[in-house]
Amino acid sequence: MENRPLEYDYSVAKMFMLSTVVLGIVGMLVGVILAWQLAFPGANLFLGEALGEYTNFSRLRPLHTDAVIFGFTLSGVFATWYYVGQRVLKVSMAESKLLMFLGKLHFWLYLVGVAAVVVSLVLGITTSKEYAEFEWPIDIAIVIVWVIWGLSIFGLIGIRRERSLYISIWYYIATFLGIAMLYLFNNMEVPTYFASGGIGAWYHSVSMYAGTNDALVQWWYGHNAVAFGFTVPIVAMIYYFLPKESGQAVYSYKLSLLSFWGLMFVYLWAGGHHLLFSTVPDWMQTMGSVFSIVLILPSWGSAINMLLTMKGEWQQVASSPLIKFMVLASTFYMFSTLEGPIQAIKSVNALAHFTDWIVGHVHDGVLGWVGFMIMAALFHMAPRVFKREIYSKSMMNSQFWIQTLGVILYFTSMWIAGITQGMMWRAHDEFGNLAYSFIDTVSVLHPYFTIRAVGGTLYLVGFLMFAWNMYKTMTAGRRVEESELQNATPMAA
Amino acid sequence: MFHWLEKRPFFFAVGVFIAIAFAGLVEIVPNFYKASQPVVGTTPYSTLELAGRHVYIKNSCNACHSQLIRPFKAETDRYGHYSLSGEYAYDRPFLWGSKRTGPDLMRVGNYRTTDWHENHMKDPAGVVPGSIMPKYTWMYTNLADIDTAYAEQITIKNVFAVPYNKPIPMKDGSTSVVKLADTLDGAHASALEEAKLVTADMKDQAIKDMVEAGNIPEIVAIIAYMNSLK
Repeated sequence: MENRPLEYDYSVAKMFMLSTVVLGIVGMLVGVILAWQLAFPGANLFLGEALGEYTNFSRLRPLHTDAVIFGFTLSGVFATWYYVGQRVLKVSMAESKLLMFLGKLHFWLYLVGVAAVVVSLVLGITTSKEYAEFEWPIDIAIVIVWVIWGLSIFGLIGIRRERSLYISIWYYIATFLGIAMLYLFNNMEVPTYFASGGIGAWYHSVSMYAGTNDALVQWWYGHNAVAFGFTVPIVAMIYYFLPKESGQAVYSYKLSLLSFWGLMFVYLWAGGHHLLFSTVPDWMQTMGSVFSIVLILPSWGSAINMLLTMKGEWQQVASSPLIKFMVLASTFYMFSTLEGPIQAIKSVNALAHFTDWIVGHVHDGVLGWVGFMIMAALFHMAPRVFKREIYSKSMMNSQFWIQTLGVILYFTSMWIAGITQGMMWRAHDEFGNLAYSFIDTVSVLHPYFTIRAVGGTLYLVGFLMFAWNMYKTMTAGRRVEESELQNATPMAA
Repeated sequence: MFHWLEKRPFFFAVGVFIAIAFAGLVEIVPNFYKASQPVVGTTPYSTLELAGRHVYIKNSCNACHSQLIRPFKAETDRYGHYSLSGEYAYDRPFLWGSKRTGPDLMRVGNYRTTDWHENHMKDPAGVVPGSIMPKYTWMYTNLADIDTAYAEQITIKNVFAVPYNKPIPMKDGSTSVVKLADTLDGAHASALEEAKLVTADMKDQAIKDMVEAGNIPEIVAIIAYMNSLK
């Protein structure tokens, strides 16, 4: 017994892999629908006049953001946690009945939460706060799911064999703590049904904060939900999967230390950059702006650490589509964490805020960095979890190029759209009157909206190829032996 | 020190928490001590206006429309005086938005009329050629939720001391009182009274008939809200 290698138990990881793929399709499909609706407003009624209330842009928009953040991304984070956690802590979930139970409870409660979110958003039950649209009953469910995940994390850490926590574990712990703190404070609300003695809708609530204070808390949350949902856990993934897949050691331990603690300390300050030129106090706006620039350092620290990990092994980028995904992901991470600080400079923000340039920035981050990294992680996990070879390497390669083209079309069109619209809003004629009416600045965007919709559609097509490849891997991939599973993931031509 | 921390998950987590909580303490807490005071002339929402605000939120109007005028000439030319913190004192939640796919609505009540909204919500492109805004036809049949609006008014009056039934200073030196009914029936009656003021300027006979019969459709509530944005 003693000398046998550990048998890791991936049953919970498999469940979350499945929800990553399914919710990814849902979230991205809704996104593509939205993109076409902006280019061709007739698409608001794509299920007919009678269902217009439930299919129009404004009703679907929160569903898109929440499905990709809390559906696709969080599922990916959970799936990788239940895989990476066991392996770097050198302990199997099968060793603890309690942890196994918690893991499964985590998954099923999470699914119930997701279903409640979808139904309530389609019905228009929302608090209107971005990425915190859920009313109080769902908030409570989310807190319970989160606490269970926390128990899973610290439970597994509690019975670990490897005493030192690997870098990825730092980031998972930070994800857990960060979201817990942010979510609790931003969703402080008073249920009106109970406070008024039983009048009106039972699920309705009113925010604890008013006006400027509400905005301040919301963007402290909104910005850092990006930090602890789209950055921190994704960095956790790349610190595990890139060294594993390439067989290279992480380039620098000191750089990873600096980036981790730097990111933790600096990120939270930067939320104010969403509120430049608003009514929050000026010193907070300046802090938001300055710390956004400082944020380049820890962000680039991680990205450079990852790229240098490939030092001397760059031929792998050409030979392995999986390495391609991860190297492009860290490149997009660098790109996006440079673009963000530029937009946080006050004079740039005056032009960029409220325009599609911001939408473009979000999407080069999430499509290029988050999406690519999560898909790469699942590709790496699949043969180890299902004991089967990746079904098709050539399909992975085509997927990579289709999605890369999609991302490029997306952000380039949104840059042009955003800067064009921003310039037109502020243009004055020679008499000092506004040069354009608002509708002029909308009509001019039509070609860019169309290009963006094409880009988004290409990304969705690539994602469907990914889903198909995963499905075929599960069901028809060649079986592989444990001994074949070294570093590079086995793939059939 | 870091090697020591990496072997002690508890202290590690405490360290991370201190690092991330620090910014919030310094940046957010001070503003709460100086909670924004309403500027002169800012009044809480009436029952019908609040019901209209709920329609605005239900349809995520804030996904495409901001309510925040920045202090630039181009913005004040287009939308009116730049926003002041105190003007949002009764906004729970705030509705600043983060994207202007459509124009800002902070002071839309100053330059758009009931009649304009009535036609525009039904067919935006018919009023503004080239508009990409969807048609909100269901607002003409769905009924506004007066009960929930009233429940929210009672809640904010009791919990946050919002000054309903109290004199509020106005810009011209006079005072104004926003009435809050004692009972739910009373709230319905006052909302209906307000709704009739809106429908007096509307053309759609079906809407007028609904309000005469005591039912308030969403469109009437949201127009009352829009008209209150000044």
